[in-house]
Amino acid sequence: MTDYSSLDFSSLVAISADEVVTHSFVRDVPLSGGRTLALVTLDNGRDHTRPNTLGPVTLLEFAATMDELTARAGRGEIHGVAVTGKPFILAAGADLSKVAEIPSLEAGQLLSQLGHHALGKLDTLGVPSFVFINGLALGGGLEIGLNAGYRTVDAAVPAIALPEVFLGLIPGWGGSYLLPNLIGIENALKVIIENPLKNNRTLTGADALALGIADVMFTSARFLEDSIDWADGVIAGTTKAARPNVPGKIERLVKWDVAVGIARKMLVNRIGEVAKSPYVALDLLQAAKGGTRAEGFEREDVALAGLIAGDQLQASIYAFNLVQKRAKRPAGAPDKKLARPITKVGVIGAGLMASQFALLFVRRLRVPVVITDLDQARVDKGVAYIHGEIAALETKSRISADEANRLRALVTGTTDKSLFSDADWVIEAVFEELGVKQSVFAEIEKFISPEAILATNTSSLSVEQIGSKLTHPERLVGFHFFNPVAVMPLIEVVNTPQTDQVTLATAMVIAGKLRKNAVITRDTPGFVVNRVLAKLLGEAMHAVDTGTPFEVVEAAVAPFGLPMTPFELLELVGLTVGAHVLDTHHAAFPDRFFESDNLHKLADHGKILERDGKGRRTGFDKGALKIVAGGSTPMTAEQILQRVEDGLVDETKRMLDDDVVHAAEDIDLCMILGAGWPFQMGGITPYLDRVGASERVFGGTFHTPPIRGIGAAVPAATAQH
Amino acid sequence: MAERAEVVFVDGVRTPFGRAGEKGMYWNTRADDLVVKAIIGLMERNAGVPPERIDDVAIAATTQTGDQGLTLGRTAALLAGLPKSVPGFAIDRMCAGAMTAVTMMGSSIGFGAYDLAIAGGVEHMGRHPMGFGADPNPRFLSERLVSEDALNMGATAERIHDRFPSYTKERSDRFALRSQQKVAAAYEAGNIQPDLIPVATRSESGWGLATRDEAPRPETTLEGLAGLRTPFRSHGRVTAGNASGLNDGASACLLASGTTAMELGLGVKMTMTSFAFAGVEPEVMGLGPVPSTEKALRKAGLSITDIGLFELNEAFAVQVISFLDHFGIDDEDPRVNEYGGAIALGHPLASSGVRLMNQLAHQFESHPEVRYGLTAMCVGLGQGGSVIWENPHFNKKAAKR
Repeated sequence: MTDYSSLDFSSLVAISADEVVTHSFVRDVPLSGGRTLALVTLDNGRDHTRPNTLGPVTLLEFAATMDELTARAGRGEIHGVAVTGKPFILAAGADLSKVAEIPSLEAGQLLSQLGHHALGKLDTLGVPSFVFINGLALGGGLEIGLNAGYRTVDAAVPAIALPEVFLGLIPGWGGSYLLPNLIGIENALKVIIENPLKNNRTLTGADALALGIADVMFTSARFLEDSIDWADGVIAGTTKAARPNVPGKIERLVKWDVAVGIARKMLVNRIGEVAKSPYVALDLLQAAKGGTRAEGFEREDVALAGLIAGDQLQASIYAFNLVQKRAKRPAGAPDKKLARPITKVGVIGAGLMASQFALLFVRRLRVPVVITDLDQARVDKGVAYIHGEIAALETKSRISADEANRLRALVTGTTDKSLFSDADWVIEAVFEELGVKQSVFAEIEKFISPEAILATNTSSLSVEQIGSKLTHPERLVGFHFFNPVAVMPLIEVVNTPQTDQVTLATAMVIAGKLRKNAVITRDTPGFVVNRVLAKLLGEAMHAVDTGTPFEVVEAAVAPFGLPMTPFELLELVGLTVGAHVLDTHHAAFPDRFFESDNLHKLADHGKILERDGKGRRTGFDKGALKIVAGGSTPMTAEQILQRVEDGLVDETKRMLDDDVVHAAEDIDLCMILGAGWPFQMGGITPYLDRVGASERVFGGTFHTPPIRGIGAAVPAATAQH
Repeated sequence: MAERAEVVFVDGVRTPFGRAGEKGMYWNTRADDLVVKAIIGLMERNAGVPPERIDDVAIAATTQTGDQGLTLGRTAALLAGLPKSVPGFAIDRMCAGAMTAVTMMGSSIGFGAYDLAIAGGVEHMGRHPMGFGADPNPRFLSERLVSEDALNMGATAERIHDRFPSYTKERSDRFALRSQQKVAAAYEAGNIQPDLIPVATRSESGWGLATRDEAPRPETTLEGLAGLRTPFRSHGRVTAGNASGLNDGASACLLASGTTAMELGLGVKMTMTSFAFAGVEPEVMGLGPVPSTEKALRKAGLSITDIGLFELNEAFAVQVISFLDHFGIDDEDPRVNEYGGAIALGHPLASSGVRLMNQLAHQFESHPEVRYGLTAMCVGLGQGGSVIWENPHFNKKAAKR
């Protein structure tokens, strides 16, 4: 077994010169019977906006503190050790800012080993060890607790999680071994694999208690006092921790492998087999069924080193930073102070999309929202839909009865456009046709104030042309939502040459208030997301049209690891809409984008996939197969993959050259937030760089150096010898 | 008509008292959190009390701004997790804040309006130095309504020394020394700790736990006291050693009607007999407990000789001596402040009243021969407050022995 104390961690310290060190402060606390608890506080000296993180210097200090406490325990000076955090924070996990700088495979492995070296000491103090989970405990932060003998949790903790798999990692400081052996395999699968893949779901204090991660929970007002008192009882022998979820023999013999097997099947179904870390985690969880703690830790060391060396982790961390940082400070956004206050919203249209907008605006802005349409019947139907959705939220206790009343009272419908006169923001969601949109805006302009801002949700038309009949075109902005409106986090804010700064600033602020991430794009066909998707779907349909079987097309693009195959995506957006998207892109760029007659026929037919009663796909629809039969020049999967990759590089490069958005990062952000493209791809450009497509197409890469793992450098270096 | 009721003191707790200021253990602890922790501790100790049955929460503080503002009784009740249906309010009579909270809630119970109430107080003198931000009306001085000394508590204590030349500095120091010694002995005997609610304390070097008062100086000597500065006057008599200090702390107690206590099976530590507040010249505010005690005795139909135990707040040694002297009680009478007092323990203004009651209640248990006890304290701007309590453990046979 690895003797962690014999390892030299200085290479990690060398890359940590600027680490914000989380110190381990020790103070003695008197217990009953003249006993003493050494209380360790993790505190980086910053406020809660800079959570404690665990970098190499931090871990070495923690290890030294544990050594001192072990010695004191040996001398009988202390009778227990407890670790807690600064207010609101235990620790947010490993300091990931350094992962991109790991210089070698060995250093990657050392990072895992250092965690085991330091946190593992909680198990060998010679006295009972406790972690009082007083606040945020993520990743390595929670693993501090798992390495200890006992855990208490504050009922007010906002988030407890092992999010590693979400980032392309695995819990590598004991979590993958310790958690299933504490709370059982099924619970551990939920925490380590299921939750991270559910949009990084986290646990509350109560969840942690129910799962058996924490032994006991206390309210925040006296959390530390009560925790110390509880620890006192454990040390005195008067309190026992009930551990109902610790796996027994039967669970290990019968349930364990079955549970892992089921999880593996579900994983393959849900995310495919491209993303590596969930499967590595799954293997570790399976292996945690037996063997010693030391063996478990060693498996984690090897697994983590492998992931750190790979490309997916680096792409995931790049993607994570985009979502966490760049999404919050959108490139090119004007000063927020320019934004106009919005006190009333008008929605033109009362169909499904328009009603969803109205619901979102009224929930988030809590200002009057008035909807209009051609006749009172449509208006009434729209208002009824919105009221129904509000009632549903109330039934689910998502909003209170008072809030529901407030929202219902704010939503009105009318056919009298004069009621739009005091609206500051008017958004349309009418039929996707230039003439229709031009005329509804031209008509509403007669009623609204000259300052009111106009927004269009067009996905494929030119925003500038939509505004060409306006007296004040400078107040028009594109505001492109993604379906489902309530769920998808992206809005493409389309900035036309006429759009003024006040309008743009207002759109960005409104997007924020709707709790969406906004990316500013130029007014070019498809903006970003639809243009990329049109390329992919157009190539996929073109392959089908030329006689390639559906399965070959799906297999061809499988290496991307996308959340859906092209045909699943087409069905999701609707085949008619899909065909329309291909048509508009073909019209705009006839030499680069395919249109597909077959897709129109499939839209008339209604489906591509064959599904069972529960909606699960079972194959391809026989009617659909008949429609697309007849192509005579099928392609191979390899040909298709290269066409798609090269096509995506070409289109992405063109968008950047044309300044549709300012940087590759923004395209990646759009694909992650608007289309759910995976972190392991880094959105799109890190993937295109690492598979060599960028090099093939324009002899360079989108990122310099490319976003790759250290493992990637090894063959190149070897090749020189 | 509401039905008149007997008022009982069910239980009282307090936080350990800290030294005020940056070096004090509560420098990084909010005032409202101190009293919230006291209330939670109180409710945990009295788990038989259905929280929704609490009729009111009265919390005192002298400086009601910042973390001692915002209708403390209500905010503390919410923060302590009491049901939203439980009301609360804030109260202020400077040093007698908690005592006034107790008499107000006691009156409400006695009148029959309430069955159960929480009363307490908090003062974080580190975060809210005495008189900070106060804006006394200029008429106090221009019309000589009070002397300049009236607003400086140390100066009022010097004025008592002036008035009664026989109360020497040495006598004050001797009283102060005994207070320190009695506190040390009470800690040793475990008479203080049972009513303390530990408080987690945060410092730059991590969390700790306050389990004892921070202010006591058991190493105090008469010589040491003699050498201390007299900050209120040169060659004066009042020093940091024979006065209470500047402190942070909170207290809370549970009061009930006799029938409610019986219904819920709650213990009764004391029964309220009478109370009174009275005013004196503000420049000798320390004399306040004399008239307030006389009034309370009169209302109870008792005389000072009926009182078997005294818990007198030691704002200043000289001020307690003036009380004892008035009633013909020796400075070293064992019935007085058996566990020591504020000179050693500290005096976080509006919280101290309940500390006196906790200590009297604890002494009642071990003194079945005593029928009545007194808690009394002086109040800034010339007031005194007194509450007379009856001992439920009183036993005639013990009294005869």
